Amino acid sequence: MSSLTADPAGTPVASRAAAPPPALPAHLSDATVDAASLRRFLHGLPGVDPVGLEARSAALATRSIKKDSKRQAIDLAISMVDLTTLEGADTAGKVRSLCAKARRPDPDHPDVPTVAAVCVYPDMVGTAVAQLIDTGVGIASVATAFPAGRASLAVKLADTRDALEAGATEIDMVIDRGAMLSGNYGLVFDEIVAVKKVCGSTVLKVILETGELGTYDTVRRACWLALLAGGDFIKTSTGKINPAATLPVTQLMLQTVRDFHSETGERRAVKAAGGIRTTKDAIRFLVAVHEVAGREWLSPKLFRFGASGLLNDLLMQRRTQDDGHYSGPNYVTVD
Amino acid sequence: MDWQYAPAPESAAIGRVKPRYQPFIDGAFADGSGPDVATINPGDGRDLAQVSQSTVTDVDRAVAAARTAYDRVWGPMPGAERGKYLFRIARAIAERSRELAVVETLDNGKPIRESRDVDIPTAAAHFFYHAGWADKLEHAGLGPSPQPLGVAGQVIPWNFPLMMAAWKIAPALAAGNTVVIKPAETTPLSLLVLAEILADADLPPGVVNIVTGAGDIGEALVNHPDVNKVAFTGSTEVGKKIQASLAGTGRRLTLELGGKAANIVFDDAPVDQAVEGIVNGIFFNQGHVCCAGSRLLVQESIAEEVVAKLRERMATLRLGDPMDKNTDIGAINSAEQLARITALADVGDAEGAQRWSPPCTLPDHGFYFPPTIFTDVSQAMRVAREEIFGPVLSVLTFRTPDEAVAKANNTPYGLSAGVWTEKGSRILGMASALRAGVVWANTFNRFDPTASFGGYKESGFGREGGRAGLAAYLDSGDY
Repeated sequence: MSSLTADPAGTPVASRAAAPPPALPAHLSDATVDAASLRRFLHGLPGVDPVGLEARSAALATRSIKKDSKRQAIDLAISMVDLTTLEGADTAGKVRSLCAKARRPDPDHPDVPTVAAVCVYPDMVGTAVAQLIDTGVGIASVATAFPAGRASLAVKLADTRDALEAGATEIDMVIDRGAMLSGNYGLVFDEIVAVKKVCGSTVLKVILETGELGTYDTVRRACWLALLAGGDFIKTSTGKINPAATLPVTQLMLQTVRDFHSETGERRAVKAAGGIRTTKDAIRFLVAVHEVAGREWLSPKLFRFGASGLLNDLLMQRRTQDDGHYSGPNYVTVD
Repeated sequence: MDWQYAPAPESAAIGRVKPRYQPFIDGAFADGSGPDVATINPGDGRDLAQVSQSTVTDVDRAVAAARTAYDRVWGPMPGAERGKYLFRIARAIAERSRELAVVETLDNGKPIRESRDVDIPTAAAHFFYHAGWADKLEHAGLGPSPQPLGVAGQVIPWNFPLMMAAWKIAPALAAGNTVVIKPAETTPLSLLVLAEILADADLPPGVVNIVTGAGDIGEALVNHPDVNKVAFTGSTEVGKKIQASLAGTGRRLTLELGGKAANIVFDDAPVDQAVEGIVNGIFFNQGHVCCAGSRLLVQESIAEEVVAKLRERMATLRLGDPMDKNTDIGAINSAEQLARITALADVGDAEGAQRWSPPCTLPDHGFYFPPTIFTDVSQAMRVAREEIFGPVLSVLTFRTPDEAVAKANNTPYGLSAGVWTEKGSRILGMASALRAGVVWANTFNRFDPTASFGGYKESGFGREGGRAGLAAYLDSGDY
């Protein structure tokens, strides 16, 4: 594949015709005219001061969420979970039990909301579809040679089509981190645009793998790039790399979708995936969603948790709130 | 979704506030010779506790006790032994930090989040830091054998009661001086709880003495003929009087006074963090901060964007009960201060500046003022020149770095300044051009006992913290 940024003088970004969603304001659509413009735009974004960013995250983490507000947060968090299994050892049986959990997270308490989606590899989508038909639970599939993304565009697109044909309702793609780090933004952009074209109206989550991007400045550039290319969600991580979804990096992404909204009037979504295991963690993220992006983002349409173990902790804490005492892990199902 | 945070109040019982407090002189709590005066909880406007007031006679007694302790016990004591006491005090502050935080918030009105996360830990840190110096004074670069000065008379303000006490007491004791200290009349409690800690630490009687009262007692203390060193933190007006009355007496003096700091945001700044820094610079502790970034100087090319983001951010600030763990902006310390802030903000309106506050409901009782910014402010307006000491920010613009320096320095004060830019060379250039004792780069209102703090011009002289702060309590001899 030829490098678009190697020839910055006005090389058209390949799949522009399929690209950005309508009605980007001129200064933003101009940024995607060619690779050089895109590079100028991304490098013109204000920097991120890591000390200040992390200090704000630490302050948000001190919010004390009690009583009704905690109960509300738990149900909201459950409804935002993309219940995930992405193992080489996944089997149809494992995926079926995950789907059962997604449909009815706590069999003793039918009032618990369903999760937002399950998230599986493309070859497991068919199994999930059979379990989740007419439940309202989404079927997200990772694609594009997840998790490394080290494959040709043709393979990535085939992987995506495969998942879609099997019935995936959401696609979680990975960006080419190598291209991002070497400054080949045009390539990263084109790949997202191409995958989005294949997805059509299906929700596309763009995994930035922030743990590999090295600096918050690069994360901010990747966020903007993914939003300009038409990603519906920007997602922190694959879950295969540490660090994954930290509070500061999620805060930065929330700030970016807020900025994107004030520039375009359009609300895009954020998914924090990997490393969020407890209710306490989840509530800290919701506080950040609330105070950084705004209350409109407190919805599974605009914020998700990519997690597996988190759900059971949320269920245990929900029971604790309702019953007035903690009952422990033997009262929720291990799937 | 509309997600309201349920009230999350810290328990007032943790503060174990007593109905009545007494001054602490010569190792004992004893009634002052004056009447009792109530200290008020600014959060609800109600009386919090009665405090027995000292008189000038009590000041004499306190200074005499400090002199005796200096001559007989503390002066001759080896530094390593003094250090042990200071470490013990530091640990006890840390151990009783939750109680102290509650007392501070109840008496002062600041949010419990700040007293818990800033005031009390910083107070403990100052004792820990100076404890380490007590046996190493010969190695501080202040001469081969620096000597203590004697009795230090110290007067502290109401904005950071315990933290200011620690800034004053810890270096004085580490250097071998003894202390008579007076808290502000509206916030005496945390220092009187510290007195319990000092007593529990078996600090020898007279090493630290605490007198209570208003300005007249402070005046008697700083003018006492047997005091060798005066340290005052407070208003420039009072500082000037102290300097005048001490002239020619040979007594050493340090003054930490008012400020009208410029927080300077360049167009290459990390904008989101700069907005956080602006918020922290002016709304931290309700703006009751001598080094508050009360003048925002923003480069004209990004002024609109920065102010828009600032407004959005201000709309998320939570004003209310200082004891609620989620409160960002608490109560104004006193009715008197609230009246002063209100009057100066009204002057801003009258002079034609544009006032803006986010929609927020003020509690029915207690003293509150909403976070406020003034735009369309010119250098000539009083809101841009006078220290308001409240949550009120004036926004001014500049076009070039030279103009930023000229405007930032165009004030009688010179305590602090902030610079926001991603360009390292510009930070260094600005730091040398700004006439301010503290210049923060890409941050604001950060305090550390290892970094000396103090001002230029009408913001005072002398330093607190670091080696320079230690020097203020030592005589280097002919060195």
